[in-house]
Amino acid sequence: MSAFLEIRNLCVTLKGGAPILRNVSLSVSAGQVHGLVGESGAGKSMIGKAVLGTLPRALAVTRGEIWLDGVDLRTLRPAERRRRIGASAALIPQDPLTALNPARRIGPQITRRLVDILGWSRADAEARALELLAEVQIPDPDRVMRSYPHELSGGMRQRILIAAAFAAEPKLIIADEPTTALDVTVQKQILRLIADMQARHGTALLFVTHDLGVVSKVCDTLSVLYAGKVVEEAQMRRFFMHPIHPYSAALLAATPSYKDPDGSLTPVPQSVIDQVEREVTDHDRRAGL
Amino acid sequence: MIYQVRDLRLSFPDMTRKPLFGAAPRIEVLRGLTFDVPKGAVLGIVGGSGSGKSTLGRAMLRLLEPTSGSITFNGRDITHLEEDDLRPMRAQMQMIFQDPMSSLNPRRQVGGIIAGPLRVQGHEGIPAKVTEALDMVGLPRSFANRYPHELSGGQRQRVGIARAIALRPEFILADEIVSGLDVSSQAQVLNLLQDLVRELGLTLAFISHDMSVIRRLCDRIIVLYQGEIVEQAQTADLFAAPQAEYTRTLLDAIPLPDPDQVWV
Repeated sequence: MSAFLEIRNLCVTLKGGAPILRNVSLSVSAGQVHGLVGESGAGKSMIGKAVLGTLPRALAVTRGEIWLDGVDLRTLRPAERRRRIGASAALIPQDPLTALNPARRIGPQITRRLVDILGWSRADAEARALELLAEVQIPDPDRVMRSYPHELSGGMRQRILIAAAFAAEPKLIIADEPTTALDVTVQKQILRLIADMQARHGTALLFVTHDLGVVSKVCDTLSVLYAGKVVEEAQMRRFFMHPIHPYSAALLAATPSYKDPDGSLTPVPQSVIDQVEREVTDHDRRAGL
Repeated sequence: MIYQVRDLRLSFPDMTRKPLFGAAPRIEVLRGLTFDVPKGAVLGIVGGSGSGKSTLGRAMLRLLEPTSGSITFNGRDITHLEEDDLRPMRAQMQMIFQDPMSSLNPRRQVGGIIAGPLRVQGHEGIPAKVTEALDMVGLPRSFANRYPHELSGGQRQRVGIARAIALRPEFILADEIVSGLDVSSQAQVLNLLQDLVRELGLTLAFISHDMSVIRRLCDRIIVLYQGEIVEQAQTADLFAAPQAEYTRTLLDAIPLPDPDQVWV
């Protein structure tokens, strides 16, 4: 099975020079969940934004290839690129409240993409939205379609964004910390919902998170990032059993688990930080940065 | 006992449902909580969002006034004390906040931030006390001349801790202080807090939604659900045999960093 999303040697820099992503390569196939983990500022979210073409204005892709469904997005004209991305990829964002327009009802916010970008008729789009709301287990979808975001709980809003993401049957979904703002009990429901939907629709899923507990529940493979560089790419189970890079092992050692009360929490040791920093500097020197 | 809390109730007017004339209906946030905090204890307060954790913390520090019930701090009833009477007691009860960026004045240097409460309480030899507080939280003394935006998240949270311990309080309330941090800084801050509790003989109430963090730090736990205590127990007992249905639900929902965890 060839990869639906394949990123090769992607470099993103701050306009003016500072590197944000350093030669990132990864691939995600249909039906596969690939996790992107790392500490804040490691560049996890920037990979998703680079793929979707939503990088902040101050950043630019300077090198590399982003193959989506067999086409290198960087070789396309902007309009064609946007059309392709819109037709085959979607985002589940972190904060369900800021992602929804507070002044508009839920219905149009789900159907908009279908009508505006994909050219569906309004009636078809509404039928599809109702079907999806039922699929993400929202009770009384008719009423919810007519509700405003503030009338719904955080978990409900996140379900709506999941429905909206799956609406156009995208082949790739990028989930950017989709449960960070939620309570643990709600988080569990939402993660299971995303996993079920992803399996049923056979979507390729790029899952950005800082929580290794979440990774062990939803991902098949993962990349660990530090300072915009992939320090380890691994199959999920292997990663938790035998992390290869010392930084990966240190991250695992710093993650608390209530099942393991006596194991002391160890911050990432300075020696490990020095080592990854050295690897990053070596990389930059080789790349002539 | 440093705290004795009896049948504590607290309600807010629900302005979203206020009729045009007349009083707004009240939402009961805390519904009759009774518990003690022994001196030197590290008490964990857990619960989901909206369970009343933070409201309870704020009521204990009398940042909010309870509707009924009583709170006794060091043998003195503080339930309805006036602000003037509370102020001298505030040196004994300090708080560390969740978001250091919004609880540290961005226009003041770290030294000034830590000195603030010392000045209010009329201390002498403030510069020496500031330096000492920085030493205790493991920040370089030169950080006294930095601004909050120049620090990392973990360093800012250390400043919050330094400000709280500078007064040498008996009791500190820490409200979700590690939830915004990366795991590595989280581990550092938790280890620091544990050392400080031991060295200074502090009593600590630690509010968190994260059972894994609570287990590492606390010796007893209160589980809140919709404004009521559904379980209170010693930490070891609670994790060995959780009694309340909600405690079990909460524990089962936590994704452990372990691919073999049964999580359905």
